[in-house]
Amino acid sequence: MIDFRTEPSCYRHWRITFTDSVANLVLSVDEAAPLVPGYDLKLNSYDLGVDIELNDAVQRLRFEHPEIKSVIICSANDRVFSAGANIRMLAQASHPFKVNFCKFTNETRMAIEDATANSGQFYITAINGACAGGGYELALATSYIIMADDGSTAVSLPELPLLAVLPGTGGLTRLVDKRGVRRDHADFLCTTEEGLRGQRAVEWRLIDEVVAKSRLRELALARALEFGPQSDRPAEARGLKLDPLERKIEEQKISYSNLTITLDREKACAFFDVTAPDTAPPADISAMRESGCRFWPLAFARSLEDAILHLRFNEESIRSWVFRTKGDPAVVSAYDTFMIAHGDDWLVREIRLFVARTLRRLDVTSRSLFAFIEPGSCFAGTLFELILAADRSYMLRGSREGDDTPAPRIAVNEMNFGAVPMYNRLTRLQTRFLGRPDRIEELRSCLGTYLTAEVADKLGLVTFTPDDLDWDDETRLALEERAAFSSDALTGMEASLRFAGPETMETKIFARLSAWQNWIFQRPNAIGENGALKLYGSGKRPEFDRRSV
Amino acid sequence: MGLNYSERIPNNVNLSGDRRLMRALEIWQPHFLEWWKEMGPEGFQAADVYLRTATSVDAKGWATFGYLKMPDYRWGIFLAEANPDERIAFGEHKGEPLWREIPGEYRGVLRRLIVTQGDTEPASVEQQRHLGATCPSLYDLRNLFQVNVEEGRHLWAMVYLLHAYFGRDGREEAEALLGRRSGSGDNPRILGAFNERTPDWLSYFMFAHFTDRDGKYQLASLAESGFDPLARTCRFMLTEEAHHLFVGESGIGRVIERTCQLMNAHDTDSVGLFGGIDLAIIQRYLNFHYSISLDLFGSELSTNAANYFSAGLKGRYREDDWRDDHQLIGATRTVLKPEGSVIVESTQPALVALNETLRDSYVADCERALARWNKIIGAANIDFALKLPHRGFHRAIGQFSGVNVTPKGEIVSAQGWESRRDQWLPTSADKQLVADLMRPVLKPGEFASWIAPPVRGINHQPLDFEYVADLPQV
Repeated sequence: MIDFRTEPSCYRHWRITFTDSVANLVLSVDEAAPLVPGYDLKLNSYDLGVDIELNDAVQRLRFEHPEIKSVIICSANDRVFSAGANIRMLAQASHPFKVNFCKFTNETRMAIEDATANSGQFYITAINGACAGGGYELALATSYIIMADDGSTAVSLPELPLLAVLPGTGGLTRLVDKRGVRRDHADFLCTTEEGLRGQRAVEWRLIDEVVAKSRLRELALARALEFGPQSDRPAEARGLKLDPLERKIEEQKISYSNLTITLDREKACAFFDVTAPDTAPPADISAMRESGCRFWPLAFARSLEDAILHLRFNEESIRSWVFRTKGDPAVVSAYDTFMIAHGDDWLVREIRLFVARTLRRLDVTSRSLFAFIEPGSCFAGTLFELILAADRSYMLRGSREGDDTPAPRIAVNEMNFGAVPMYNRLTRLQTRFLGRPDRIEELRSCLGTYLTAEVADKLGLVTFTPDDLDWDDETRLALEERAAFSSDALTGMEASLRFAGPETMETKIFARLSAWQNWIFQRPNAIGENGALKLYGSGKRPEFDRRSV
Repeated sequence: MGLNYSERIPNNVNLSGDRRLMRALEIWQPHFLEWWKEMGPEGFQAADVYLRTATSVDAKGWATFGYLKMPDYRWGIFLAEANPDERIAFGEHKGEPLWREIPGEYRGVLRRLIVTQGDTEPASVEQQRHLGATCPSLYDLRNLFQVNVEEGRHLWAMVYLLHAYFGRDGREEAEALLGRRSGSGDNPRILGAFNERTPDWLSYFMFAHFTDRDGKYQLASLAESGFDPLARTCRFMLTEEAHHLFVGESGIGRVIERTCQLMNAHDTDSVGLFGGIDLAIIQRYLNFHYSISLDLFGSELSTNAANYFSAGLKGRYREDDWRDDHQLIGATRTVLKPEGSVIVESTQPALVALNETLRDSYVADCERALARWNKIIGAANIDFALKLPHRGFHRAIGQFSGVNVTPKGEIVSAQGWESRRDQWLPTSADKQLVADLMRPVLKPGEFASWIAPPVRGINHQPLDFEYVADLPQV
């Protein structure tokens, strides 16, 4: 089982050092510590295990180090920055694993960009040796790239010529979208195994600066410090230590403090039961600091994130996720009010951004998402986003016969109007009602009102509103029907329907990953007996089907 | 609600204990009655009809006779008895327990099958609603109405399934069954044959014999379904369907009998002048109705049919009687197909040819009825035999739809076929002659000139029994 929980004392592949307001994130891959047996992590190449640590480090730098304004990613290996994702690992991995691996690494790189854009934590890469494929893609996720000018250090994306696949972590898109590299230059780079070095790499905008190898560290630090004044991170603040996340895994059940997941393997379905906080929000920021990781929005996001990653990798056959909630929607709303009221506080901002990233993980998860809204539920504000993230939602009309629990109600609040945007940079409401700002305005007038199924239906907030008599059958059939469809086709359909509206760099990266890269990953030219990925390292020349598709 | 359900709606599905079903019926039942009054038998809604009502599924209850006004008929909901040990008998789920609830995987397909079957029931009532005005006797009028109310009950049977198992979708489909209209341009019935008018009683008997017989085979194959409530519903419907087929076969038999009497009495083949219908006309009507009914079985090669079978939703006629694996793995059969100017046999996977297999059972059944009719002709010492046309004749669906096949099974040019069309299919003169004979006979014990009386009455009643009373003033 793959565990995404880790902490710096357990790292095998990364080291973090601190100099004033600058952190050094040093890649030092332990060749002999692959996540699963079967390959060596030579030349600072990475596998999922390396990236789990990176993800954790990026997260902790945000939460635990308010004083850190810049982060330099560099390598401990004197001649190699990183050879990218480990090829033998990819060659032996199952297709679902490869896809989810790429998805996770993309999310980590986007978290780096999110930290730079929204948290005042600026990322720089210092390339001191060969920087190939995924290594260069990691650099591309940072905002400033400095490279040693030693006549041999180069950046390259050799996936196409070497392996007959694509750079799977947003490399192609970032070149042209983020760095403004000309497409013909990018074309040359991506078909040239050895890549580009020195001044030409700067001229082509592949990197920002070259410097003599001996001065690389010094220059990186200078650039990092230059960024300091632009950051609004409070140097004097105390960080929030992210405690180990408690969870219990049983055969049919995964439990966190505020989330229980029940697995129905026969129906290929997981029920996410989210529990609302049982106490009112803290009175002020210092009281919030007192509660630490137990502060509900943070605790909820941590559980949900871990659950998403756990199920993606360790429960591949559970195809439908059903979200249910339990608790007082007024309390959930009160926490949202707290979050909005204290939005300027650096930690509250971090928590909000984390909630947003976690919800975005849901958006790009290849599972059918359902929300079941039943009596006793609390789909308000932050939790209302789960309804919007779902492919379909069912809300009970009225209450249950013979049960005093009142009919369910849902509520929108300020959290739903911009605090937790999707990758398309729209809110989930804007995406749902694309091109209909009047509908969003209409909802603004419902702020703070608890909406019945009838009203929610009229406002277009839920899909179906069966009553007690129909509920069990309708929901059962919906899940059974889903379980019978092709998972591939569902993935394609859901991903297409979820992202209405404008393309952004992020939506393009995920879409192209799931379309082009995953297609190529299935083709004989890559993975056939004589495909390039299969033959890599054997010395044999791959045989290609020369027909164009 | 003014409805006392167990009283008003005889049933063996524990209706009063099923809130969901009751709620659905509360809304649907008044709409059904409105539909019945608007589209049911025209002019006879207030008449007293000597009807058979099913009040339970046992031998005592399923046929209770008495006078009723049709809108007061107690449309009930009945399933044949359950066998708790039964298992799915065919397809990829063979051997698994029968489904008591709808498997989500097959929800859409099952709904389509049920809706398609259900749609034919009100359609036939609509097609036949004008026939009362030209009935050949009170006996026949009563039989028509019996069939009509039972088609109505078969609609109820399908609506029961939609209401009980398909939630909101099912309720919407049940409403739509009352919204479509046979022959309507904007909102027609689903199957083509059910949008044709039934203009006269000869057509009606042909319809009841040939088209309702397709219904029998469709119901019989659904009665094998792994979805238990559907199977049991269809099994009970088949007991009523038998009467409809009797009305058709005996009706045609009586027309033939009368024609033979007139032929012998007047020593002529042309009995039109004497108020009868020529055997040649009967043959042409037969050719028409048989061929369009064959279309209802669908294409010779059908992946839908294969999917229904493999999924365990729709079996073969009397699935138990087949001595094979009931899964048809690797099985083949021959299917006729046109090839250039000849019809040849081709070997096809048995799974995709299941429509043809069901059609075989139907054709054999039609052959048996034909032999009985020909016996009537033989008994009158007349040298004539009715024949079923080749199954490629006059087809609009399947492999023969693009070619011109004669009743004997030869492929001819379109022009050659058209030039002989009047020999094979009812001509406008035939239709006119039949139409001219359609004059109402409403006195007890009397019969129209073109049809012989039946051998016996209904429920041991004499032939001059007043099968329909309190008739409207004509």
